[in-house]
Amino acid sequence: MSTKNKEEKRIVTEAEKIEAKNFNIHDLPDVPTGLPPHLELQRTRVICNELAPIHTGGIFYSGAYKSMGVDNSVNLEKFNEDFKVDVISLDETDIVFDMIGINAPMANAFRRILLAELPSMAIEKVFVANNTSLVQDEVLAQRLGLIPIAADPRLFEYLSENDQPNEKNTIVFKLHVKCPRGEPRLKVKTNELIWLPNGSEIVKESGGSDSKPKTYTSFSRSQDSFPEFANNPITPSLQDILIAKLGPGQEIELEAHAVKGIGKTHAKWSPVATAWYRMLPEVVLLKEFEDEEAVELVNVCPAKVFDIEDMGEGRKRAKVARPRDCTLCRECLREGKPELEAKAKAKAEAKAKAKERGEEKKAKPTEEKKEWVPQVELRRLRSHFIFTIESTGSQPPDVLFTEAVKILEDKCESVIAAHSEVDWS
Amino acid sequence: MEHGSFRNDTHASFTLAEEDHTLGNALRYVLCQDPRVTTATYNIQHPSLERVSIQVQTTGDPAREVFRDGCQELMLMNRHVRTVFDKAVAKFKVEEAARTKNAEEELKKQRDLFESMDIESN
Repeated sequence: MSTKNKEEKRIVTEAEKIEAKNFNIHDLPDVPTGLPPHLELQRTRVICNELAPIHTGGIFYSGAYKSMGVDNSVNLEKFNEDFKVDVISLDETDIVFDMIGINAPMANAFRRILLAELPSMAIEKVFVANNTSLVQDEVLAQRLGLIPIAADPRLFEYLSENDQPNEKNTIVFKLHVKCPRGEPRLKVKTNELIWLPNGSEIVKESGGSDSKPKTYTSFSRSQDSFPEFANNPITPSLQDILIAKLGPGQEIELEAHAVKGIGKTHAKWSPVATAWYRMLPEVVLLKEFEDEEAVELVNVCPAKVFDIEDMGEGRKRAKVARPRDCTLCRECLREGKPELEAKAKAKAEAKAKAKERGEEKKAKPTEEKKEWVPQVELRRLRSHFIFTIESTGSQPPDVLFTEAVKILEDKCESVIAAHSEVDWS
Repeated sequence: MEHGSFRNDTHASFTLAEEDHTLGNALRYVLCQDPRVTTATYNIQHPSLERVSIQVQTTGDPAREVFRDGCQELMLMNRHVRTVFDKAVAKFKVEEAARTKNAEEELKKQRDLFESMDIESN
């Protein structure tokens, strides 16, 4: 009772001094660590508003949140710990898999390499002996170039200008089709492309008489003798691609040489039909959708992301059931609140009254629109990528992705090698 | 190719030939994450020239070392991606094989049951 009025004087002990020196506010149990929720949202998610997405650029700088005491750097150990891959579906031509814990620059690098820098085999030179069809030589050659060939490019070498075409860098196909007179129109499909394992059969015109006639390729051994092609002839990936149509009496006789190349030079050498990724969608309901509103919400979504859950006593509530299927069509964002319709009505009535009074108002388009209030928030997780790769048949899609990662690795290695070559001393 | 200063080696600009956004953006990302780096940027001066220019400014360490460490880290990250992916694909294939086997067995059981029912009805 008496201590209320007196000030108690204490001597600060050494122990207390040391404790004060080592004090860290984050040790206290109820001080929040990490970033505040709005900054965490900004850092980890892209928010897709009705008009355009926001926070699309990633905040990668290591010291971005230094003032908050949060370290934004990601080192190798952390990356190795957090990185996960989940394969959703896999067959001979398509793969869909999730990459979690990776970032946009690397995922995009993989996608770019899959499209442009992975090698494959495609027809490059066409030797036309006879073409009396309605398809011009060059158009026919261009079509032949785009045909996907089911040959693993890792078994072949690149053919440069100075090299001779031989069995290690060229695949030779022959196409000889004639539509006989009196028969209906003939469709020339890729099953007519016949593989010549012994090389070109077109003889080069040479001045003197040689013991062996020279052709446009110099195969030292038949490609048939390679173990990979022994019982496995090289064919186009699909046998029913239409190359040309022949009328009666028309003929096509040509030889096509396929070489190795990358998509950067010409898209015919791209080993994927396409490869793309999307970030995992996250759908958040910002308010409770009940009864009619819930039913409305469920019906509005074309991808059936929402579901009704019964709360008992006949009351319904909407919940997010399949956020992964969300295609960001933003239909759920376009619905206005029912009360706002009444507001809009009132506004229109006020406008009409003003017009009656003779006041002229410039028609502003924004006034006509319903007031939009966010009820559903569509977000994308910045570190979760759903990758889809469709292969054209030369290699299975999982092999393609592994090769793409290898190529990025090799690029880094060559940069390091070029760097250490120069003596900086 | 490095453009820098002999006196102050914390700032440097590196030019990589025959490269584009594929490597440029990935390297810039890895360099930004390094706590020793104040600024890391990349740009492509002209789209017709296949050249990426990466600028690095550090807090004291020589820029070329930091750049080299960044390349090394990107390389190791890629290696890890490959390992994890291969494991995931192998796991999926095993699970898929088990699933198809189960499905076939189920189908066989149902077929046998159906046949036995036929016999009964006869």
